[in-house]
Amino acid sequence: MEQASTQPWYRRLSFDSHTARLMIIIVIIFVAFSLLLPGKFFTVRNMQSMAVQFPEFGILAFAMLITMLTGGIDLSVVGIANLAALTAATILTGLGGEGGMSASIVIPLAMLAALAVGSVCGIFNGLLVARIGITPILATLGTGSLYTGLGYVVTGGPAITTTQFAFLGNGSLLGVPIPVIIFIVLTIFFAILLNRTTFGFNVYMLGTNPVAARFSGINIDRVILRTYWLAGVVGGIAGIIFLARANSAKPDYGSSFILLTVLIAILGGVSYTGGFGTVTGLVLAILSIQFLSTGLNMLMLELSGSSAAIFFRQFAWGALLLLVMVINYYIEERKKRRISRQ
Amino acid sequence: MAEELLRLTNIHKSFAGVHALRGVDIVIEPGKIHCLVGENGCGKSTLIKIIAGVYERDQGDIMIRGKSYPQLHPIDAIRAGIQVIYQDFSLFPNLTVAENIALNEELAEGRRLVSWRHVREIAQEALAKIDVKIPLNARVEEVSVANKQLIAISKALLNNARLIIMDEPTSALTEREIRSLLEIIHGLQEQGIAFLFVSHKLNEVLAVSEKMIVMRNGRIVSTGDAEEYDTARLIFEMTGQKIAQRSYRFTPEEGSTPLLRASNLKADETLNDVSFDLYKGEIVGVTGLLGSGRTELALALFGMLPLDAGHIEVEGKAAKIDSVQKAVAAGIGYVPEDRLTEGLFLEQAIGNNIVVRTIDQLRGALGLTSPAQVNGEITEWVDRLRIKTPDPDLPVKTLSGGNQQRVVLAKWLASSPKIMVLNGPTVGVDIGSKNELHDLIKQLAGEGMGLLVISDDIPELLQTCNRILLLRDGRIVDVILPEATTENELAAKLIEE
Repeated sequence: MEQASTQPWYRRLSFDSHTARLMIIIVIIFVAFSLLLPGKFFTVRNMQSMAVQFPEFGILAFAMLITMLTGGIDLSVVGIANLAALTAATILTGLGGEGGMSASIVIPLAMLAALAVGSVCGIFNGLLVARIGITPILATLGTGSLYTGLGYVVTGGPAITTTQFAFLGNGSLLGVPIPVIIFIVLTIFFAILLNRTTFGFNVYMLGTNPVAARFSGINIDRVILRTYWLAGVVGGIAGIIFLARANSAKPDYGSSFILLTVLIAILGGVSYTGGFGTVTGLVLAILSIQFLSTGLNMLMLELSGSSAAIFFRQFAWGALLLLVMVINYYIEERKKRRISRQ
Repeated sequence: MAEELLRLTNIHKSFAGVHALRGVDIVIEPGKIHCLVGENGCGKSTLIKIIAGVYERDQGDIMIRGKSYPQLHPIDAIRAGIQVIYQDFSLFPNLTVAENIALNEELAEGRRLVSWRHVREIAQEALAKIDVKIPLNARVEEVSVANKQLIAISKALLNNARLIIMDEPTSALTEREIRSLLEIIHGLQEQGIAFLFVSHKLNEVLAVSEKMIVMRNGRIVSTGDAEEYDTARLIFEMTGQKIAQRSYRFTPEEGSTPLLRASNLKADETLNDVSFDLYKGEIVGVTGLLGSGRTELALALFGMLPLDAGHIEVEGKAAKIDSVQKAVAAGIGYVPEDRLTEGLFLEQAIGNNIVVRTIDQLRGALGLTSPAQVNGEITEWVDRLRIKTPDPDLPVKTLSGGNQQRVVLAKWLASSPKIMVLNGPTVGVDIGSKNELHDLIKQLAGEGMGLLVISDDIPELLQTCNRILLLRDGRIVDVILPEATTENELAAKLIEE
């Protein structure tokens, strides 16, 4: 386009500046911890240990991304993941194990069951939001509690232990841990889904302005239903990873992941009013959170020699979420002022 | 010559290098109705904000009632009796009518506790001054637009207004409400209060004003008594070019099937036995006051308002339209009334807004969206509808009203509908763009599309439509042929009881 040079500087930056900012944040975090923790942070061992940690919540963050893009949210996704893990674990311990069916049947069956549970829970969320019209934050807060409660009913309380998924949690392919491979596959899947499909396009449009989406002939109920279904399936996949990593399933596993995934989405530049956000931003945010988490842990251990770090982390996530939102607010304000001055 | 209420001399104002006002001189006389007209972006709003003290001028003098103000702050302007009523009226929707009118006064008196009895008294008195009755305890969000305006006026009067500036005072009012507003204004005029209207609707402007002030590109290009002007001259002064006004003629082919046939449409209270035909190549106007059912008719045809009775045929085949998807499948497109909330994804790129209807068809390998095809489609429509933008990746909110409307049109035209329903196609669009949009509408009809133009802009209807349906209380009460009527006749019919 011949006039492209006259375009205002702020436009391209709306996406690029955020990604660039995240890149810089990652580098700063990485360098800072490497300097503060010499010989501890920037080591092969630590890199490997982080690589198996982040997919657990990283995968859940995709559920948050896609629902937030439509202007909604899915707070039930951890509940879904746990219910899926419990279902898989029940199948594995009930049908498999010593003297049971062969692993080559039980394991795929358990995985399918986990995905099916994710689907059903997701569709239920979708129906509540699209058909009944309940605000997503309330609908999924309710179903999240419902799914967790259902988990308690299934188990009666204690965890179900099984090591049959351990090959997923500990295994690796060509040196890459399997959870990381699953994470990469999901990253590519969501990048294509959001950028190169009609559904993805409609998700962005719906999130930007649901009224205009309706007036443009987008079947918004269907888009919402599919979005929550997809988030549910992601929850199912996360459930499999939970079970694979912990070798046990329990109803209240990973309850801090909800706040964490919201934090990741916001940090990654996903607009909480919907319509804007990228897979790149999300992945960068996931990585920076992992670096920050590990780094802080090591630092606290170094300084105080106690495991109180785990409590500090909770505080740090809350503070970081608020800080990012405040910074975003000021950046937006400045951008608006520049635009109005133009 | 009478004493002057306000005199501006050689006012200049720039924003970041853009010269918005280039030496503006105006005089406001007490007790007169002035009207400031000009296209979007000509500097009207800037000028008003300078008079109100919101913006600081770069150069020039302001005299209010003989006193010069080297620096004019908003509070000075208010003390000097200048009141601006913006389009949104600056009222608190969640407070009552009485509170909105009187709270300022209460605060100004420095009371610590609000006396509700006193608030009501002040409000009552203020409303009595303009002789209107509005329930004092109603919350402002519950009252009509016309009443909100009256509330804003009485609030202004409480502050001893000498000059009331009103931005688009009649834009959301029905003809009847406009008449009663004018009566009130005439009453205030006799007390020596001057008015400055800023408006787009030229025929109304001419009907109510005594003094015209025409702006173009930051300059006053013409001032004078309203009698010296007619619509054609105003358009000429505002745009600097003569725009021919031609009407559209059409006669359907003998015995051809109508493109759209609506029979006995009934919905709730809003549509009552509406029947009409629309032929290929026809432009049918639909007009009526607010609440006459004109928007409801559009929504019914677009699958957004469930019908209680009646049926719709498209090209002779029955079409059961109970969802937007079915309307679209039947070949019906709809450009909604409220462009900003219903028509556009404001923060999204112009390009995304254009392809939202056709993205599903722009797919390449593996069934994935093809960026090349998408960009091709966007470029094609930007060129075809002459959307003025440096880059279609810019958010659509950066465009002017006329260009935004073209984006909404492009969105629909890209999916080649057979029938387009346009609701208020040129609301908030400047005159130059308006004429181009009218030409586009006629061109589309010429290509065989059937168009339904819903509007209360009488000249627009007369210029673009070959037939006009007049709606009242959900019924078609008259069918008017533009060549057999005049603006005044149609205006009179519109408000007939």
